Order: sequence, then structure tokens, then C-alpha cells
Amino acid sequence: MDSLTDKIRTLCTGLLKDGKVDMIVGFKKGTIPMSSCPCVARTPEQAKELIWDSNCTLNLANYLTNRKEKIGVVAKGCDSRNIVNHIIENKVTRENLYIIGVPCDGMVDKRKIRALFNDDITLFSEENNKLFVETASEKKELDKQDFLKNNCTTCIHRNPVIYDELAADPVEEQKIENRFADVIKIENMSSDDKWNYFNDLIKDCIRCYACRNACPLCYCPTCFVDESNPQWVGKGQDINDVRTFHLLRAYHCAGRCTDCGACEEACPMDIHVRAFTRKLVKDSCEIFDWEPGLDPNKRPALDTFNPDDPDGFIK
Amino acid sequence: MGNLLEHIGIEKDRLHFSWISSAEATKFVKVAKEVTESVKALGPNNRLVKKLG
Ligand code: SF4
Ligand code: SF4
Repeated sequence: MDSLTDKIRTLCTGLLKDGKVDMIVGFKKGTIPMSSCPCVARTPEQAKELIWDSNCTLNLANYLTNRKEKIGVVAKGCDSRNIVNHIIENKVTRENLYIIGVPCDGMVDKRKIRALFNDDITLFSEENNKLFVETASEKKELDKQDFLKNNCTTCIHRNPVIYDELAADPVEEQKIENRFADVIKIENMSSDDKWNYFNDLIKDCIRCYACRNACPLCYCPTCFVDESNPQWVGKGQDINDVRTFHLLRAYHCAGRCTDCGACEEACPMDIHVRAFTRKLVKDSCEIFDWEPGLDPNKRPALDTFNPDDPDGFIK
Repeated sequence: MGNLLEHIGIEKDRLHFSWISSAEATKFVKVAKEVTESVKALGPNNRLVKKLG
């Protein structure tokens, strides 16, 4: 990982020095161990702060929306797919971007790791797929593979799909038997069980909208939940309003969600919000043979009409 | 649309989609009947209903 950090710093310093970009969007170290923080570097000096490790979980495409500058952006597989989405949706132009692609072998799930310890983590480092985690009273060596974020375990696009330069050699893509086992499990439940499952899922939601803010797809100037005239959805904690928020947030991501997991990463209440979007990812895959963010020259599934589109649901 | 609602536990038969031209009176009657029957069979809906007060 350190070699990646070095490589990214060298590349970005060069880009800034040569005036090829006005700024770099990347990650710097977070303020607590085992965390990272999105950052903008405008000078070669600031580019020295850039890092890369298994905690670079947020999606940097989120910081490109409507920017007009020349931007260098550090992008792992899912970020690169959201950049493609952004290009398709005219949120940024390809010409204004210099994409530093980072082949990714998965990000770690801090919640799973924190759950192993009784006290706060004071040190986190990694080497060759091993994680070294320390607290004041304990020290553990873990296999990274066992602590991957849930969405990374089913990811089949670890290598950036669009880039100007790669920071490392491409990694091998995962072969996954049943990518949607979790969704199928819910599909097989009865209506009552489904209802209860989702009720339980969102019961702790405090409607902070961090999930929406972290998502590169959510860029409307005024989100439907913030609108007051008309007011589409109640502002309180009524479970039906909370559910309406989650349902509509998911629908707005239909055919666009790359399953990057930034929404879940941002949630302070550890809510598995991808349970909603995963269903739509599966459906767009199965119904329209569509995976978002792979090709900037293709129109998205919900943006095109094809006489062969399945219409069995229309009576 | 229907798929996700069904996924979160709204019974499939509650939501219907149809395309009926203003000239297709018989089709309209037929679909309206079918919808009413299948929804009646499910009984009253309590889901996604906000109770005020
Ligand atoms: S909904 Fe979540 S997983 Fe999907 S693109 Fe947005 S942040 Fe990523
Ligand atoms: S981030 Fe979590 S708590 Fe906040 S609105 Fe989203 S699901 Fe709810």
C-alpha cells in the first residue's frame, strides 16, 4: 500500500507542477486511526498529504459534480464507474479530468474490525493482505480478506474502467458464483417477512441524510426530502416517512448505482441501506442486462427505449 | 417500480400497471374489475399508510 501512496504522490505532484490540473481530488489520512478523509490538493506541497490504503472507502466522484476546473482524481474501480455516470449525466466533462486509476483489492469494514476489540483502535497498518490493529490493551493480526466491506466481496469491477494512468498493475477480478445471494434471500421471503425485515432495517435511521450526501448520484440542487413546497415527504421520524425517504432514494439510483457502498460507509447508525439499492442493481442486471458506469458512450437503461424491453407487468 | 415495492413487502397484487387508450372502454372495465378483485382479495392495506394524530 505504501508504494501506492508513493506512486500517487509522485503522479499528482507532477500533474500539479506541470500545470496539467488545477487540483487533485484524493484521500488524506483521517484524524483517527483506520480512517481516511477526502481531500483537495492544489499545490505540490499539499499533494504530499495524499495517501492510499484499505480505508479509502468513500467515493471521490462525489466531489466532481458540476466542477469546471481541470481536476486530477484518484479513482478505484467503483469511483471510476461513478465518474462514467457523471460524464453520461453531464455533471463533468471527460476533457476536464485526469483520472489516476487505482486497481483495488477491496476496502476494509471498520465496523467488523472495531467489533473485535473492547477499546478504541490506536494503530492500524497493513502489509501484503495482512492487517495489524492495536488498541491500548490488545494487538491483533488479521487477514484482510476476512474483513472486506460487504460490497467489496461481490465486486466484479475492481480495476478502474476509465483512466489516464494507472497507479499499479491491474488486479485480478473476482469470480463470484452468486453475486446476489443476499437479494435472493429477501426475494424468497413472504410479504410479511419482507415488510418486517425492512422495518427492522431502518428503525434506527435518524434521517441525517449522510447516505444521500455521500452518494455521487445524489446531486439534485434541492433533494425531494428537503423540498417544502410541495412537501413530498414528512420531515419527522414517522416510520412511513423514513421508509418513503429510503424507497425514493433507492429509486433515484435505479440503473445508476454502482454498489460502491459510500452510502453505508457514511451512515452513523450502521444501517444497511444497500439492501434497497441492491435489488435495483440486480433487476437492472437481469431485466436490462445493464451494469452502470462501464461505458461513457452508452445511454443508461432507463434512458432508452427498446421495443424488446420486457413489458410483462403491463396488463 | 413494482419490483422494489414487492421487495419491501407490498403484496404484488396491490399494484397494477396497464396501458389503456381512451377508446378502449371494454379493456378499461376489464382491468378495473381485475384490479378491484385482486386488491379486495388481499384485504385492507396498512402498509405505507401514515396515521396522523
Ligand atoms: S446508492 Fe450507495 S452504493 Fe449506490 S452509488 Fe450511491 S453511494 Fe454508491
Ligand atoms: S445515513 Fe443512515 S441514519 Fe442517516 S439518513 Fe442515511 S440511513 Fe438514515
